[in-house]
Amino acid sequence: MSLQICDLHARIADREILRGISLEIRLGQTHAIMGPNGSGKSTLAKVISGHPDYEVTQGSVLLDGVPLLEREPDERARMGVFLAFQYPCEIPGVSIANFLRAAAQARLPEGESLSVTDFYQKLYREMDALGMQRNFSSRPLNAGFSGGEKKRAEILQMAMLRPRYGILDETDSGLDIDALKVVANGVNRLRGPEVGFLIITHYQRLLDYITPDFVHVMVEGRIVQSGGPELALELERHGYGSLEERYGSSKLSPLAETGTQG
Amino acid sequence: MAEEQGIAGEDLLQLDRSAGDFHYDVKYAYDAGVGLSEETVDYICDAKNDPTWLRDFRKRALEIFLREPLPTHWASEQLAEIDFSQIRYYLAHGQRAGRSWDEVPEEVKRTFERLGVPEQERKFLAGVEAQFDSEAAYSNMKEALRAQGVIFVGSTEGLHKHPELFRKWFGKVIPPGDNKFAALNSAVFSGGSFIYVPPGVKVSHPLQAYFRINAESFGQFERTLIIADEGSEVTYMEGCTAPRFDTATLHSAVVELVALPGAKIQYITVQNWSPNVFNLVTKRGMAMENAEVRWIDCNIGSRLTMKYPAVILRGRKARGEVLSIALANSGQHQDTGAKMIHLADETTSNIIAKSISIGEGRSSYRGMVRIPNHLKGCKNNTECDALLINTSSRTDTYPAITLRGNRSAVQHEASVSKISAEQIFYMRQRGLPESEAMSLSVNGFVNDLVREFPMEYSVELKRLIDLEMEGSVG
Repeated sequence: MSLQICDLHARIADREILRGISLEIRLGQTHAIMGPNGSGKSTLAKVISGHPDYEVTQGSVLLDGVPLLEREPDERARMGVFLAFQYPCEIPGVSIANFLRAAAQARLPEGESLSVTDFYQKLYREMDALGMQRNFSSRPLNAGFSGGEKKRAEILQMAMLRPRYGILDETDSGLDIDALKVVANGVNRLRGPEVGFLIITHYQRLLDYITPDFVHVMVEGRIVQSGGPELALELERHGYGSLEERYGSSKLSPLAETGTQG
Repeated sequence: MAEEQGIAGEDLLQLDRSAGDFHYDVKYAYDAGVGLSEETVDYICDAKNDPTWLRDFRKRALEIFLREPLPTHWASEQLAEIDFSQIRYYLAHGQRAGRSWDEVPEEVKRTFERLGVPEQERKFLAGVEAQFDSEAAYSNMKEALRAQGVIFVGSTEGLHKHPELFRKWFGKVIPPGDNKFAALNSAVFSGGSFIYVPPGVKVSHPLQAYFRINAESFGQFERTLIIADEGSEVTYMEGCTAPRFDTATLHSAVVELVALPGAKIQYITVQNWSPNVFNLVTKRGMAMENAEVRWIDCNIGSRLTMKYPAVILRGRKARGEVLSIALANSGQHQDTGAKMIHLADETTSNIIAKSISIGEGRSSYRGMVRIPNHLKGCKNNTECDALLINTSSRTDTYPAITLRGNRSAVQHEASVSKISAEQIFYMRQRGLPESEAMSLSVNGFVNDLVREFPMEYSVELKRLIDLEMEGSVG
């Protein structure tokens, strides 16, 4: 069982951003993708979840063997893909609780309706575990939230919707240490043999709290290096500079011609 | 738990478009025929056994109606498409409304049962009047209210049985010369409610009227007069439906509210007209010292709605409020708004209007706020927000705020927004299909106003919005 990304190429308008990504996230594993700004990390997250602005030009993504790319974004979500957004949208007038109720309802078979009592029990259990005030759930989703509150709301949604594969897109950016711990705690609580994570981050900081099984480095739309947690620490020490020098231009990259990853 | 009444609610009322789109063949005992003339007015007066003063009133109003031009110089050109000579102005089963549902003719009773009216009455209403075409078929109120002296009857019964109260205020808040359609209503009105709440009586549950058009090419002209005596309180709700016919149907009501010192009137409308209905309604309340008039108005459906609920703030510290939601789908124009006329010191008014335009739908906000020079300590707040769903949707805002002098304060905010593609993607990423994501956003947009409706109506409103949103995507 895995989320299997195979030779994925994607572009927005005429600009190619993903240039052959291959990566397999098995259930129970946590992968981190690091890379400089503009390397295509967020694009990968959006393409997997089906953002309409991106066009896949080559490659495939299989979720537990089922082709994902021809599915609608909401189908992918119901199949178990969850994306914690870098910039979550404001949904004025819709409370977190009501939004999650609608999302939970959408996962039930047709004709079945959600038990309101069970829903609120689960919601409050998750909020307690994440150390959130219960009245947070009656605030309109992301409307007027601080950066930290938005990320907390993403983590709460992930906890409620229990994805098979959770993708966190720079969820740590702009967070203070307390919020960072909430995010890390939210992920660590869910980690287990039934869930895989893909954590996209620019900094090593988050990985101090969530220890990944694998770390990949992305430059210019390709994964240029893979390794264990020690790779993140190495990057922290040396920065992306040397990698960018090596792989920064597609013309210079040794992988440019084949489009595959070493 | 406030969330309990959230997105997914049990359907308590059954007044959605499909549920309202049916009609039964009914044999009418009274039929004024097609077209409008002095004979039509005489027919109505004879059928209703009107007193002479009312016959004279109606005829004066008819003259005004025939004389006044259609307001197409500022309003929609579509008005010119109404063929007044092809409309039936009075159709009735009988002259007396049943006090129990057993007294109501079978097909009329079946109509209201299908619309869920008797069920609502049992569940949460203090009184119900159910009008079928021109006349009320059913009218009843809880015994306890009758004992307190509350009057809730049809307009005809009101003017016959309580002439001293009725005549004192009838046509005073909205005189026949106010506008062409108020004149039309004054000439041919039938049905509607007459309510009187004695001093200090607080009616805790809503009184409800249900207006049903059953006949094709028909004009419904109900007339409602509500008088809340000193320190009293009352909430009135009206629901409206009509089946979908090929020819245009006209609904032109006049509603007059009188809130005497310290009284509070709340008037709630949920209309869900079929898309062939011209809905041209004049609604105005008068608030005396320390009194409050609140219009809560939801306009869904119809071909053209023109409705600008007004409050005349006549006494010191009077308060007026209009909260309105309009939803215009393709082929529909919701031309709605509010008027606040400040005539005394320290009067306050609040207008919050939200409109949603879907497909080719068009919504317009027209507002009028007047605070003259000599007044002090008056306040008005106006907010109008428009939401456009599709690129072909349209919205216009015409706020007219006249503030003279510097001892009063007004505040005006307007916004136009669209549901962004990012918002929809975000919601879809959580597993919501596109149409549900749209519905949820729209419900969120009107949420703060929907909360002002009684729970039973707010659930229904959410459902009506969901229905309207279907097929709006793509």
